[in-house]
Amino acid sequence: MVLTSLQEVYNWGRKNSVWPLQFGLACCAIEMIASTMARYDMARFGSEVFRPSPRQADLMIVSGTVTKKMVPQIVRLYNQMPEPKYVIAMGACAISGGPFKQGYNVLKGIDRFIPVDVHIPGCPPRPEALIHGLMTLQKKIGLQSLTGDDRPRHARADEPSEFPIPGHGEHDLIPPRNPGIWQAPVSPRLKPAG
Amino acid sequence: METPQQIRDRIVGAVAGLQVECLPNGAPAGVPSLLVGRSCFREVAIFLRDDPQLRLDYCSNVTGVDWPERTEKFKVRRQVGEVEKDVEESRVIPGCLEVVYHLYSMSLKHGPLVIRVRTGDRSADVSVPSLTPVWRACELQEREVFDLFGVHFDGHPDLRRILMWDGFVDHPMRRDYVEPDDYDYEPTPHDHVLDRALARAKPGEAGCGSGAR
Amino acid sequence: MMVTQRSSDEWDRPAPVAGSYAFVVGDDPEDPGSLLEVSMGPQHPSTHGVFRMDVVLDGETVVKLKPVFGYLHRNHEKIAENISYLGSMPYTDRLDYFCSLTNNWAYALAVEKLAGISVPERAEYLRVILSELTRLQNHVCLAGFLAQDMGASGTPLMYGFREREKILDLFESLTGARMMCNYMRFGGCRCDTPPGWLDEARAVVDSFPRFLHEFENLLSSNEILMSRTQGIGVLGKDLAVGAGITGPCLRAAGVDYDIRKVDGYGIYPRFQFRVPLGEHGDTYDRYMMRILEMHESLGILKQALDGIPEGPIIDPKAKLRGFRPKAGESYGRIEAPKGELGFYLISDGSPSPYRYRVRPPSLVNLTVLEDLCVGHNVADTVIILGSIDIVLGEVDR
Ligand code: SF4
Repeated sequence: MVLTSLQEVYNWGRKNSVWPLQFGLACCAIEMIASTMARYDMARFGSEVFRPSPRQADLMIVSGTVTKKMVPQIVRLYNQMPEPKYVIAMGACAISGGPFKQGYNVLKGIDRFIPVDVHIPGCPPRPEALIHGLMTLQKKIGLQSLTGDDRPRHARADEPSEFPIPGHGEHDLIPPRNPGIWQAPVSPRLKPAG
Repeated sequence: METPQQIRDRIVGAVAGLQVECLPNGAPAGVPSLLVGRSCFREVAIFLRDDPQLRLDYCSNVTGVDWPERTEKFKVRRQVGEVEKDVEESRVIPGCLEVVYHLYSMSLKHGPLVIRVRTGDRSADVSVPSLTPVWRACELQEREVFDLFGVHFDGHPDLRRILMWDGFVDHPMRRDYVEPDDYDYEPTPHDHVLDRALARAKPGEAGCGSGAR
Repeated sequence: MMVTQRSSDEWDRPAPVAGSYAFVVGDDPEDPGSLLEVSMGPQHPSTHGVFRMDVVLDGETVVKLKPVFGYLHRNHEKIAENISYLGSMPYTDRLDYFCSLTNNWAYALAVEKLAGISVPERAEYLRVILSELTRLQNHVCLAGFLAQDMGASGTPLMYGFREREKILDLFESLTGARMMCNYMRFGGCRCDTPPGWLDEARAVVDSFPRFLHEFENLLSSNEILMSRTQGIGVLGKDLAVGAGITGPCLRAAGVDYDIRKVDGYGIYPRFQFRVPLGEHGDTYDRYMMRILEMHESLGILKQALDGIPEGPIIDPKAKLRGFRPKAGESYGRIEAPKGELGFYLISDGSPSPYRYRVRPPSLVNLTVLEDLCVGHNVADTVIILGSIDIVLGEVDR
């Protein structure tokens, strides 16, 4: 009983002051800026405080194309953020490579290296979509419990809060994905023989 | 401005022994371009910049073009035994890398003049003189050509990779570049992506390769 | 920001060559180790994206600065060489993502030159209207970001974005997208204006001067802005021409070169407008250039909105599907808000270009970044960078 209301107060506080990292990657970042401006005003949802330092941020909005050259920096920034931390993959590029998927220097989805909480499709997603994504995240935070088996990743001691930073090889990233957090989904059409 | 052909004649007339050739352009509004020999490339560039009638003081665009080796098929009429016949023959055109410069004049407001230079081949003999000492505008763009095409610019003050990371070894804009295969299964309508993923997937480890390629 | 201390002799500097490329910075041999190397970026609040500058500082003063690129290299050129000509049009939107419509125009112009396609009158007018609107919203955001970099956190940027939203609404009702418009086609534009669009555009154009006046009152003679920008980052005429600087940065240095006048592409020769020129080439001039250009753009917009004729929107002979230009090459360039944006295409007669190259104004304008910043304080570098006006999508492509 006490724990439940403590949990509610705790979650209420966290979900209404999600501070994003001030960190724009590409075109989607402009829509992210636009959604903090007067017309869309993300401050209504407690997220107007964009922090330039990862140490003060709760949320990383991966807003744009993630190139292979940029991946180590993003993972490093993620590692530097304190727990609990959340990631929104904003735009087609951050989700899967988007229009630039065929590119040799484009990572095909940031979820190959860090865990993503909310995906926002669109190219670019409209500011309304970003706000919707933020509200989805708030809902998710509001439902998180502090104890029990369904407690979130950050409340478990055995789950990592930092992820290995990939290196740059001669042709590609090493490793090209982190098998610890990302596995290629198995398709019905893709059943290898034997 | 004079036509490229006139400019070519004037360059060759002014300094003997320069190799400059005028290449046609098939586009309806296209201007021909000048193919300059490697040995005299910088001399020609300085001439174009300083000549009072041309004063091409602004180098707008620098880019590379990759021409891989190709075989050209053509027909010739030959005596085969008794009769004369059309025989198909082929000829190998050696590959090269080409660097194209677009020049304009800001003071006289004319242009463009397109000059191009070719390397000897695509692997060993890939250096051309850098034009950065002539127009500083070439600095970053030549670095880009070096990075993506692998053309080596002699006399460039700071020739490093610009877009890819330093340890990268390939030159991705070349036509025969094979990109690292990091397509795993995803819901896609493109069968060739699925086929590729299928070929790679081993039972039990859903498409998790390691290392590069 | 990562900070590492290293002694000055570790820093290898390319040997200066004869000619225009000669800038030597004196290390202090008496006091090695006094230099501090700071890596600003790629995640830095005021680098306008994922740009990185490796700066060597002597105290607060910049001794050396090396830009590092490539964090947004999305392989636009390689992708474009594997898809059809028309298929690259939406990719051009994402080059300079502030100004998708001018990018569309530059690409369409290059293809039209390559295949010899003409453009109907109404489409030409619409192109001018849209690209001048694009210029307005680019410049107004730039001024806002510049003030933001100076520490005027919020207000000017909010004002700028408020006006930008009005223009984006116009784009949206015409093209269906706020930022990635994908509107122009070879030989015209994609669709005609919806009913009442021109009146809405007129209303936006008519109300813009009031905003601009307010904005100028707020900023242009602001003491802080003047003392932070005047005499900072002076770009000389000869260096500007030699280094291929284009756009407002070039004109701030006093060189009269505007491709709208020089090439007279589209129907620009029909419009009356002046080309503002700077005197000192410093950051303040670069800022003022944007403000003055907005005034001229408004003039062009008024004339174009008054003169736009009825008619077809796309050349009926232009083929969109199965488009295969004859072998040849072309270079189409326009005066984009940031400078000369060019597309160089080589066709070999197949449905996709053999070589597709974007001449990015932002990248070439960065050539002089070091020259502008050396000798100034580290806090000035972000202002100088802001006044050059780069967009990383175009720098790295
Ligand atoms: S999803 Fe679209 S808008 Fe967003 S970064 Fe990618 S290309 Fe740009």
